[in-house]
Amino acid sequence: MSLTRRDFVKICGGTVAGLGISQMVHPGLLMAMEKEAQKAPVIWIQGQGCTGCSVSLLNAVHPSIKEVLLKIISLEYHPTVMAAKGELAMEHLFEVADKYEGKFFLAIEGSVPKAADGKYCYVGEKDGKHITMLEMTKMLGQKCAATLSLGTCSAYGGIPAAWGNLTDAVPVTQIYQENGIEKPVINVPGCPPHPDWMVGTIAHVLLYGIPELDNHLRPKLFFGSNIHDNCPYRGYYDQGVMSKTFTEKKACRYEIGCKAPHVNADCWKRRWNNGVNWCVENAVCIGCVEPGFPDSMSPFYEIV
Amino acid sequence: MAGKKPEKAPGAYAPGQKIKVSVDPLTRIEGHLKVEVEVSNGVVVDARCTGPMFRGFENILIDRDPRDASQLVQRICGVCPTAHATASVRALDDAFNVKVNTNGRIMRNLIFGANYLQSHILHFYHLAALDYVNGPDVAPFVPRYENNDIRVDAATNAVGVDQYLKALEIRRICHEMVALFGGRMPHVQGLVVGGTTEIPEVDKIVGFKWRFKRVIDFIENEYLPLVYALGGVYPDLLETGEGCKNMISFGVFPEDDDESTFLLKPGVYTNGQDAPLDTDKILEYVKYSWFDDSTTGLHPSEGKTVPDPYKEGAYSFIKAPRYNDLPHESGPLARMWITNPELSPAAKAAGFNRMRDFGDKAFSILGRHIARAEEALIVAKAVEKWLGEVKPGEETYVHSEVPSQGEGMGLTEAPRGSLLHYIKIDDHYIENYQVIAATIWNASPRDDQGLRGPMEEALIGVPVPDPSSPVNVGRIVRAFDP
Repeated sequence: MSLTRRDFVKICGGTVAGLGISQMVHPGLLMAMEKEAQKAPVIWIQGQGCTGCSVSLLNAVHPSIKEVLLKIISLEYHPTVMAAKGELAMEHLFEVADKYEGKFFLAIEGSVPKAADGKYCYVGEKDGKHITMLEMTKMLGQKCAATLSLGTCSAYGGIPAAWGNLTDAVPVTQIYQENGIEKPVINVPGCPPHPDWMVGTIAHVLLYGIPELDNHLRPKLFFGSNIHDNCPYRGYYDQGVMSKTFTEKKACRYEIGCKAPHVNADCWKRRWNNGVNWCVENAVCIGCVEPGFPDSMSPFYEIV
Repeated sequence: MAGKKPEKAPGAYAPGQKIKVSVDPLTRIEGHLKVEVEVSNGVVVDARCTGPMFRGFENILIDRDPRDASQLVQRICGVCPTAHATASVRALDDAFNVKVNTNGRIMRNLIFGANYLQSHILHFYHLAALDYVNGPDVAPFVPRYENNDIRVDAATNAVGVDQYLKALEIRRICHEMVALFGGRMPHVQGLVVGGTTEIPEVDKIVGFKWRFKRVIDFIENEYLPLVYALGGVYPDLLETGEGCKNMISFGVFPEDDDESTFLLKPGVYTNGQDAPLDTDKILEYVKYSWFDDSTTGLHPSEGKTVPDPYKEGAYSFIKAPRYNDLPHESGPLARMWITNPELSPAAKAAGFNRMRDFGDKAFSILGRHIARAEEALIVAKAVEKWLGEVKPGEETYVHSEVPSQGEGMGLTEAPRGSLLHYIKIDDHYIENYQVIAATIWNASPRDDQGLRGPMEEALIGVPVPDPSSPVNVGRIVRAFDP
């Protein structure tokens, strides 16, 4: 089954209309794209991560994760959800990568450690030999159609690559660059990324091709607006009304460390977890979608 | 059907012959794991669990603002970030010498409790259930082995799959409950040293309550009955996977501001004897771990993390924590065994009034699933009670300054087991930070005395009739929720 127009409109919610993309939904074009959507095998691998990106994907609402799994993508390999394990899982991975060479999408969660020949992260074994995340990334990177770097670790290194790390953790783009892999990469950062950002990016790729990206390879659709400039508490900032403590809500959070002025993402209108709340309403933004996270955003509770 | 034959034909066992079976990756867990077992005459005679990934949070935390810890450590685990946040803010409360007020304590319990429900439901359905029922014939539910020992009838299988899909929605609703008070999930903003960041208002309390009703209904009427139904279909799995039978719990969900009582109690159960918890008896060993040998046998307050991925003889990035120099299992079974609370009406109807009424059957693959499901109901009922105790509009946060010097220990129970955070502050910055996570207890390798970790021990004696489809190895490991 394929993605319906209704699904797609729901995926991107107000954002699509906001950027005028809804005008692109032409019935003829859409039907052509739906056929393509039927054949979108996804291989999802995990390096140095916490599985939080996968768990966040489970929080998708429109479409629900059930619809994503059963109707939109064919999730051929995913360590956290797949039925198979061990040898059967690895055999399937290699089989799919060969069968759909140049056609499958590679989703990567977590950073890739380079130190000690990649020994800081093994992802499985084949024919009795350990395979490191470094080897797996290079192997699948060469074979995929395009790569989605999901989450800040995969996109920019994130916490595993922060100051003090011993594993030489790097983002996927660096591995590709150093090994001459020229496949397109889309970064969908966030610690974790919002489910709409992940599903919406996948939908965009399937329906319209690669979305317009910013300098950090993020879709402008989701990462094109500054949080502080659009924040519902911006009026307080302009009047100089500042929170002195976390629970003081009728004020701007800048002086208790909110990093929103340095952060581009649409959390301010998308909100989180089916729209029930978001970081700035609850406390502060710690800038988890930005390339420098966490070092450039630290200390989280001081003005930087 | 979508079953798939392994390429290599199942090897028949020659009498007395030992063969090695490696499961790598062991999927449907949180993170990375490899399990290697040695099988003789169709049963496991030796086992090694390997944690094959290292990030080095303890090193990355050094020299940072102590308040950043409770944000950073949540990224250790995307399934139970609230547990790491809870342990961290408890360590910070201790080091900053701040006492959380009543509303703050209750709000912390609600944020953490809602994620307990999410974690247990996600674990049973989306990580473990495919060991007992077959999913639909599409990826990621295929490929699967033909010989996967699924014994439920078609009707029960259909119920299981329906509940799997419904549980996707229920666990999402649990996350909405966490986010209502915690800001967002995974990785909440709301848990901070001194309490929580958002004073509960009536609209969010009501939003929480209506979501909660759907969750507890699911636990009572679908999750628990299915777990007990599996006990009827797979009675041998109530006799398999005993393990070390030593249990540890740090206690979780303080019921009063002085923390004199916890919903699930702290304690240890060693060699059949109950005893109070004494954290001085916790030491971490690294002889078989990829860490420098000079750092072995240390208490977390003296702990060091010096990785050595080339170390000969080592086989895991997981250290081996021991209590009183013995391996101890942690997690729902340990908490339920130590607390021994009253069970659900379904269990009582079958003659099991309290957890210990299960006797040795508790120490088994399905015993661990039963403990988790029963615990989900106990936590759900407590969440309902705490929601009634919340004072709308009342302060949840107590301000404190970063001390120039300080030391703190934060104990709690993650859904999957005992969790310890230790912080030492010098000149306002983190000098040392140590974490003993739940799965470090359960998935640990051998210690310096050569004693296996709890999961390794539980694998001993487990039947593996077909070495090319080691179904029971996956079942036992996943029962621990690593």
